[in-house]
Amino acid sequence: MSIGWLAAGETPAEYVGHHLKHLSVRIGEGPFWVVHLDSLLMSALIGLLGLGTFFFMARRATPGVPGKFQAFIELAVEFIDTQVKDVFHGDRRFVAPLALTIFVWVFLMNALKLLPLDLMPMIAHGLGAEYFRAVPTTDLNITLAMSSTVLLLMFAFAIKAKGAAGFGVELFTAPFHAHSPFVKLLLAPANFALNLIEYLSKPVSLAMRLFGNMYAGELVFILIALLAMAGGNLLALDGLGAKAGGLLAFLGAVLAGAAWSIFHILVITLQAFIFMILTVVYLSMVTEHH
Amino acid sequence: MSINATFLGQLIFFAILIWFSWKFIWPPLMNAIEERQKRIAEGLAASERSKKALQESEAEAQAMLREARAKASEILEQAHQRARQIVEQAREEALAEAARQRAAAEAELEQAVHRARERLRQELAELVVLGAGRVLGREIDPMRHRELLAQLAGEFRA
Repeated sequence: MSIGWLAAGETPAEYVGHHLKHLSVRIGEGPFWVVHLDSLLMSALIGLLGLGTFFFMARRATPGVPGKFQAFIELAVEFIDTQVKDVFHGDRRFVAPLALTIFVWVFLMNALKLLPLDLMPMIAHGLGAEYFRAVPTTDLNITLAMSSTVLLLMFAFAIKAKGAAGFGVELFTAPFHAHSPFVKLLLAPANFALNLIEYLSKPVSLAMRLFGNMYAGELVFILIALLAMAGGNLLALDGLGAKAGGLLAFLGAVLAGAAWSIFHILVITLQAFIFMILTVVYLSMVTEHH
Repeated sequence: MSINATFLGQLIFFAILIWFSWKFIWPPLMNAIEERQKRIAEGLAASERSKKALQESEAEAQAMLREARAKASEILEQAHQRARQIVEQAREEALAEAARQRAAAEAELEQAVHRARERLRQELAELVVLGAGRVLGREIDPMRHRELLAQLAGEFRA
């Protein structure tokens, strides 16, 4: 949301930069050993909250007449189960809860974006942290970690379905098939390269799609906040023209913020759904034989 | 925007959450849903069964009612027939009795007539004998002229 909060003496560029910096802690030497505390904290909190709610309901679920809350939870569970059933033809006992985890978690992480833009940073600032980014899915580390987990699961599913040897052979013999051993040998490098690209492109596209959507949306929210602040600054000046322009800018920012938020209700749900359904599709693909 | 150890943290946390919902969230919720689906299916089947049973017993009751009606009308018919029979029998008995009575009365009458005739003949015979005796002037011995007298009486009867 676009209720801006500009620190004293901060330029708009600094404001944007401020909002794109993570609360980080260095845990070792080198650029890799840095942890974005804000991303991890928010993703863990919201994950525990969301799945904790499901766990709470799972413990109290009765097969009798369900309460309204249980009915809501079951609605979500059945929705996920139906989606998975349509795509994944096999034992769903692991895939369905995986899809549930992804959908609920990604949705809630994305939904943090509908909080006022400066709310979490202000609270963090009050607690002494200089930077804080509230939406974990605008951090590529988070989305890439999730899609990499999906990649590992793809390997696990492929090996479980075809055996380690079968999976290894398939890496070199598909998608280009040949009958004579010589041509097979000739095609092996091309097949392997293609499979490598295919396997790597999946988690990368999965992570980049979610991250890109969320990051771009966040930037637009920041810009709308800047517009509102510019309007506020103009309002503070003397002169009728400045006051009228300021009012116009402020109202424009409020309208744009509302519109973008409403649009993002769709986007956050859609992105969570896409991440979930593509995961299931990928897992379904690797379990099928070429 | 660099990849750093946050990646590892999220990877581990994601794995834990997947394991958690795989083991502790999905099974009980799915069990509850499936158990309820089973119960609803059973309930529907039971209601279907009892509907069928109701229909069957209604049909049975209808059949029994029809049978009872038929039996009742049969009994009524039998009663009517029996009544008619009794009346008929009574009438026949009464007629027979009446005929018997009349026959008895007729027989008695016949007997009385016969007796009166017999007496009349006797008296006539005596009179004839007396008259003849007077005409002849002497007593006719009835023992001697019995044959003649009997002949006379026979002619008289005729």
